[in-house]
Amino acid sequence: MSAKTVLKVLPGVVVLVVLAVLPYISVTIPGILPGRVNGPGSLQLLAVCFIFAGFALSYDVIFGRTGLLSFGHALFISAGSYLLTISLSTWSLPLPLAIVVSLGLTTLLALVVGGIALRVGGIAFAMVTLAFAQAGSIIILRNPGDLTGGEEGLVLNRAAIPSILIGVQNASYRYWLALGFVVLAWVLVALLARSRAGHAMAAVRENEARAAVLGFTVYRVKLLAIVVGAFLGGLGGVVHAIVLGGSSPHLATAEFTLALLVMVVLGGAGRLWGAVVGGFVYHYADARLIELSGSSLVSSLPDLIGRLLGEPLFILGSLFVIIVYFAPQGITGLAVRALRKERA
Amino acid sequence: MNEFTLILVTGLGLGALYFLAASGLSLIYGLMGVLNFAHSAFMMAGSYAGWEVMRRLPDSMSVTLRLLLAILAALVVGALIGAVVEVTLIRPLYKHHIQQVLVTVGLSLAAVAVAQAVWSADPKPMESPEWMSTTTELGGALLPNDRLVFVAVALALFLGLLALLRYTRLGLIIRAGVENRTMVEALGINVRSTFTIVFAMGGAAAALAGILYSQYVGAVSPAQGGSLLIYAFIVVVIGGMGSLVGTAVAAVAVGLVQQMANYYAASGAGDLSVVLLLAIVLLLRPASMKGGHA
Repeated sequence: MSAKTVLKVLPGVVVLVVLAVLPYISVTIPGILPGRVNGPGSLQLLAVCFIFAGFALSYDVIFGRTGLLSFGHALFISAGSYLLTISLSTWSLPLPLAIVVSLGLTTLLALVVGGIALRVGGIAFAMVTLAFAQAGSIIILRNPGDLTGGEEGLVLNRAAIPSILIGVQNASYRYWLALGFVVLAWVLVALLARSRAGHAMAAVRENEARAAVLGFTVYRVKLLAIVVGAFLGGLGGVVHAIVLGGSSPHLATAEFTLALLVMVVLGGAGRLWGAVVGGFVYHYADARLIELSGSSLVSSLPDLIGRLLGEPLFILGSLFVIIVYFAPQGITGLAVRALRKERA
Repeated sequence: MNEFTLILVTGLGLGALYFLAASGLSLIYGLMGVLNFAHSAFMMAGSYAGWEVMRRLPDSMSVTLRLLLAILAALVVGALIGAVVEVTLIRPLYKHHIQQVLVTVGLSLAAVAVAQAVWSADPKPMESPEWMSTTTELGGALLPNDRLVFVAVALALFLGLLALLRYTRLGLIIRAGVENRTMVEALGINVRSTFTIVFAMGGAAAALAGILYSQYVGAVSPAQGGSLLIYAFIVVVIGGMGSLVGTAVAAVAVGLVQQMANYYAASGAGDLSVVLLLAIVLLLRPASMKGGHA
């Protein structure tokens, strides 16, 4: 390995090692994390942040790398989550089989939905995927045959899960599981981006007509992007269900799909770090901003402004608009530009 | 038979609401190629503006009169917000369609949060004139008056927009702009100010849909616009994007299919049958979806 590649890989490895040993570090960082770093509250928060980073990576395969504006990705994430909880409780499958079934059916769903939605292009594709995702959300809320639990969601069948992943004292194992998921998603997306299929996706994103002339079957490339993204999203849904101990109908809503879009654009579309940072920051902000609104600083502000700051979506939505205008490359794009300036 | 007439009319009423919600969306998409996610925010703004007006007017005034004033206020607010959003947020991102969509997404998220902060997430009951909740006997069936009102308003909007597009200079520019924007610009016509006007019209139509929908539901709530928007999207896609006649036909079809499925199949089957309808149309005639004529 040349010195240059070492230098390129090193930051990532350092970050990964630090994150992996976090559960052994017993200090408090007031204001940043709730309680001790290795306390169950902090570890759970970080675990969900990792899962969101993985969600964002899975969506970026479709949006950032292939340029497809899909509004239906929540369908696949919620499919992974619900299929796992349903196959564990209702169908009483053992965990490994349940995971295989969840991922298999999610991939199949992506083939069908993607196959139909890709018959239209551009903006119509966005609308059609949204319609399918909405159908999924409706099915989950209607609770057919008492399968999905309706608005209450579904609780994970704890008897089917290894005891090491259950309970407050085992928060660190769930943390490592989530970290493992995001690392796996990272590696898969990185490999994909370097493969022939990844180059084809980039070609389709840059110029569809030219990609077709070059001999790529555009339809197949797009479908592959949707299926790979859905597979990773479904895997994220499975991990999400295990870490949070169940499935929630919120994962299927149109709002959640829009949130995925916000994450990817916030971090920087089409970059590995972009999606990871975006997903992580999104969930962190969403979870911590509510706390901010309870602080004494905010309560001294006029009533309406205080209430506005108590709405994480207000801050994230406005931030999103600002990013689209002033930093189309997202947070990581800004960072890269700042680094280049420093070196120059 | 009476039952069937009833379902037909309630389905038409629902279709009328969908048309109201979709017409502005379709106009904006047709002319500018912008998928306007903020449409739900326009609908919400319209319904809250109407609610505030109804609440503040003296009780001595009849509910009908107050509702009429509320609708007027909603139209003005919707048009204003539409114009402001176009000038401040959409216009600077000229020709960047995906970024325009993203900005409207951010706006729709923030708008729901603003409504929750100002009016709280709880639905606010919306007053409705007594005659709206009674029925009219027509051909042996008792038909709810509010659905008839929705159909009448939607029909008026449809004919009005059609007349505008067919017989006015503005309509000519819009129709030409949908066909070939570059050519219209090359002829020296200011398409940009037309964009603002179309956005204002779309905003007003959305606000009208919002306040009538709140009459249908009996309340206003922050998330209301979003749930209506999804049906509006489906209607716009089925109708062939950008075509007003197609939008009207699709709205009627979607309203009828949904109501029939809810009645003859199972309650809740309606929403799914609408998505199924969309899938069938896409499989059979994908070419018709690629953009159309006003």
